Amino acid sequence: MSYLEIKNMCRAFGGLKAVDDVSFSVERNAIKAVIGPNGAGKTTLFNLIAGSLEPDAGEAFIDGSPIHYLPPYRIARLGISRTFQNIKLFSHMTVLENVMIGRHIRSRSGLLQAMLRLPRSRKEERDIRERSMEILEMMGIGDLAGQEATSLAFGKQRIVEIARALATEPSVLLLDEPAAGLNIYETVQISDMILKIREKGITILVIEHDMSLVMNISDEIAVLSSGKKIAEGVPADIQRNEEVIRVYLGEDDA
Amino acid sequence: MAWKKYIPVFALIACIIVFQLAVTAMSREFYLTQLTMAAYYSLVILGLTVLMGYAGQISMGHAAFFAMGGYTSAVITTRDLMNVKGAVLVDLARDLGLTIVEKNAYGSDIEHLSPWAALAVAVVLTAIIAFLIGIPILKLKGHYLAMATLGFGIIVYRIVLGLRLFGEADGISDIPPFRIVGGLAVSGDPALRVQNFYIASFLVVVGVVLLMNLIDSRVGRALRSIHGSEEAANAMGIDTARYKLFIFVLSAVFACVAGVFLTHFNGGIGPSEADVMKSVSYVAIVAVGGMANLWGALIMGVILNYLSLRGYFGSYDEFVFGSILIVIMLFVPEGLLRMENARALARALARLRNNLGADRKQ
Repeated sequence: MSYLEIKNMCRAFGGLKAVDDVSFSVERNAIKAVIGPNGAGKTTLFNLIAGSLEPDAGEAFIDGSPIHYLPPYRIARLGISRTFQNIKLFSHMTVLENVMIGRHIRSRSGLLQAMLRLPRSRKEERDIRERSMEILEMMGIGDLAGQEATSLAFGKQRIVEIARALATEPSVLLLDEPAAGLNIYETVQISDMILKIREKGITILVIEHDMSLVMNISDEIAVLSSGKKIAEGVPADIQRNEEVIRVYLGEDDA
Repeated sequence: MAWKKYIPVFALIACIIVFQLAVTAMSREFYLTQLTMAAYYSLVILGLTVLMGYAGQISMGHAAFFAMGGYTSAVITTRDLMNVKGAVLVDLARDLGLTIVEKNAYGSDIEHLSPWAALAVAVVLTAIIAFLIGIPILKLKGHYLAMATLGFGIIVYRIVLGLRLFGEADGISDIPPFRIVGGLAVSGDPALRVQNFYIASFLVVVGVVLLMNLIDSRVGRALRSIHGSEEAANAMGIDTARYKLFIFVLSAVFACVAGVFLTHFNGGIGPSEADVMKSVSYVAIVAVGGMANLWGALIMGVILNYLSLRGYFGSYDEFVFGSILIVIMLFVPEGLLRMENARALARALARLRNNLGADRKQ
């Protein structure tokens, strides 16, 4: 069985079948991209995997254990972390604090320990801070630690969101359009970053419209259109696939 | 340095001492009475600030929790147990030393449960009620949550107003003092004004320190993240429903403790403490203090409650708090006393200075 396994996932909104019987799998430590025209159901699929939406039917497994009936916070604890298409950083919190939230599931202090500031929670707090700072340094944004996260430039916010997701020490990272709204240079940076994250042994599932990014970094690509999977394979095959060219890539593209 | 963040706490303690010394020196100790009451109300405000400002969950029914504390203690400590014999619970309380025999206003002996026992019962009861109603209503968001908590507040108000047990419209009076240790007692006795001011101040300082620690911790960050984006918080592995319930219960307990102490200080409690307008004024004070700002809430809580208790707003009291809420929500929804405002000011000054420096170089 593959590391992340999606089986016959379905979800409708009213009469619209946003995700219609989609199945695919992601091998451990692979980078898989999900592409398709707007409204193809890519983000809905992500929300189904991450638990923000409940599927009407279908199953999802991580490393063989089922996750399709779990709430998002339980799925996160099983090692799936994500970013959002329309960035969702925590307002009124610094960049560092945002990343520190990512350490939540890797720490334990409760209400009383926190209020009384017991030694154990003080030590844990120090560890959280240090580990989060390390991640920011690794992502090259250590200098932004003290800034309010939502006041940063768009591109930086994207990186903070990825840093926050990484702070949970995920085994699977879901990236929803990490390059949307970024310029060419930032896109290259993001693509380097994704490759670097994979080197850490993390399995990556990415939704992206930027074809240069997708074709460069993906091991495999799944193509969605109107909620259905219309193709799946290595980048070279997808680029030649006639139906994919017709509905999405276009004749002159790719 | 870790102790640096406690500097405001030391400043607060210094203010408390200086104020008391000044008032005593001017023989104006009667000011302390309303200030003591204002301090207890500020305890409610502090708890509500963490719930509203930091966790982003509104409660329009916090007066209900205050009243629960006050009324529970009032009922328990005014029941005369002198002639109760053979009841298992009462005997148990006697054996545990939880009853007190005192002379009442008419000089006859009465025996009542100790306010310590009352405090414990009030806190446990309030926590359970907050927990039970929190489970369904915290699923609601925004206006719906406001309406649900408002409804809860109205129900508690009507219960307090309608039940013989709670003295109906008269409330409960002749509540004995809360003897803490030795000669230290929470009571309205004018001779004890100074020590009561310090007891209330002590509770406020403890409350502030506990909540400061909480906000700057793993749990506090989780609460604040719910405010920022509940969906993202959930995706980060935070059981947001559980944390919302946590903080709802905690802030209810803060209100309850304030209710217990103020009731013993006043020697009585009436249904107006559970009034919906009371809840509205709490929310107004949190808003004007800057929502996510413990110190702002504390400062505004003390000042506005003090002015209100001294009668400066006269019969316009409700009008004042209502207007404050409207004006703040319309024009400065982030509140008046916010760090951002102070920082923006500091930045503007720094820029000005830099510009001046650059001019000089040219």
